[in-house]
Amino acid sequence: MKKLFLATAALATLGMTSAAIGQDQKNPAVEARQSLMHLYAFNLGTLGAMAKGEMEYDAEAAQAAAGNLAKLASVNQMAMWPEGTDNASIEGTAALPAIWEDGSDIGDKVQALEEATAALADTAGDGVEAIQAGMGAVGGACGACHKAYRASNN
Amino acid sequence: MKAFVTLLFLAVLGGAVFWYVTRPGTAGAETYAGLTGDAARGETVFWAGGCASCHAAPGAEGEERLVMAGGTALASSFGTFYAPNISPDPEAGIGGWSVADLGNAMQAGVAPGGAHLYPAFPYTSYTKAEPQDIADLHAFMATLPASDAANKAHDVGFPYTIRRLLGGWKSLFLDDAWVLTNATTDRLARGRYLVEALGHCGECHTPRNRLGGLDTANWLGGAANPAGEGRIPNITPGGLDWSEADIAEYLKSGFTPEFDVAGGEMAEVVQNTAQLSDEDRASIAAYLKAVPAVESAAQ
Repeated sequence: MKKLFLATAALATLGMTSAAIGQDQKNPAVEARQSLMHLYAFNLGTLGAMAKGEMEYDAEAAQAAAGNLAKLASVNQMAMWPEGTDNASIEGTAALPAIWEDGSDIGDKVQALEEATAALADTAGDGVEAIQAGMGAVGGACGACHKAYRASNN
Repeated sequence: MKAFVTLLFLAVLGGAVFWYVTRPGTAGAETYAGLTGDAARGETVFWAGGCASCHAAPGAEGEERLVMAGGTALASSFGTFYAPNISPDPEAGIGGWSVADLGNAMQAGVAPGGAHLYPAFPYTSYTKAEPQDIADLHAFMATLPASDAANKAHDVGFPYTIRRLLGGWKSLFLDDAWVLTNATTDRLARGRYLVEALGHCGECHTPRNRLGGLDTANWLGGAANPAGEGRIPNITPGGLDWSEADIAEYLKSGFTPEFDVAGGEMAEVVQNTAQLSDEDRASIAAYLKAVPAVESAAQ
């Protein structure tokens, strides 16, 4: 009886500890991929402000931001998406398990973003109209992936 | 005996009133008579109306979004509705429908043959549309690929299976009056038309009462998500502090002011609004700034 109690207590403690780890410790792979998203957003901010007319068009700045974006989109992300880092397994992520399931086309979605950002980098220096046109394709690529593979929060 | 006759009389009267109130009334053939549709203009109506969001097959991308095979499930507190095939297939779809048939479905919620349609189909919004836009849409939809996909039966329980009851529902909630009564500029009028009529934004962003009617006093003030998790946001000035340029950009590329991109239901909507003109997106933005602010309820 005492043995059973001890085993239960040990299991309970273990359970609490792993729950605490789930909440307090950030997963470095999750942090890395979320940081990459922030870097996308930072560079998109420059392009978007110009597209919306909030910032005067500056070919050099536009080219730099679009060039960064294309480079960021082509970063090899394999190590940032290890199995077991979906939102059903851990806290602090909206990544859906479907990313890792059979039939996942996450690779195609990433490829689409690479292509859209490369096209934008090619034209961003040509004027504000080129940015306005290219942003649509980039946003479409972001949205297609979020729609399929990110838990909606709204 | 006298009481019995009175009761009988009241029952018959009640039945007659029920019959009268719940009869499927159409918009009338003359509303659409003589209209000639323009398919090119109809494409704008198609995207503004968001047809593909429900009537394209679930998960359709790219060109597949033009195949109106149906099948998308719409959860509600009354049951789950499945969008039907509205492709030009004459058997499985609506290829046999006239402009008046389409108009009666979209603006009076009545199918050819006279059955009431469930308001999961947003005729409560489309009823505000111009008949010419219905004719243009009819012409455009005839150009789309046919699909022979069979319709899936709605999953609703009694008493909602009695379509006749929808006649009473319509007498309460089917209203073609604008919510924003003073659209003072052409741009605001266009924005109002796109939001209140074709875009049917209020169908999700406005809360509903217990009978499923829209609570127009809290127009676009945010609502519970019938699909389950979370809330559909308040997009009046009381809930959304984005600039008009922010709103227009969001409807074009999907980027929020923080340069995130929505997934979920709005990703579908943005795929439609991305096809509109810059002018139309700016009109929607102007309208959203002009509607009365609804204070966001504590969540």
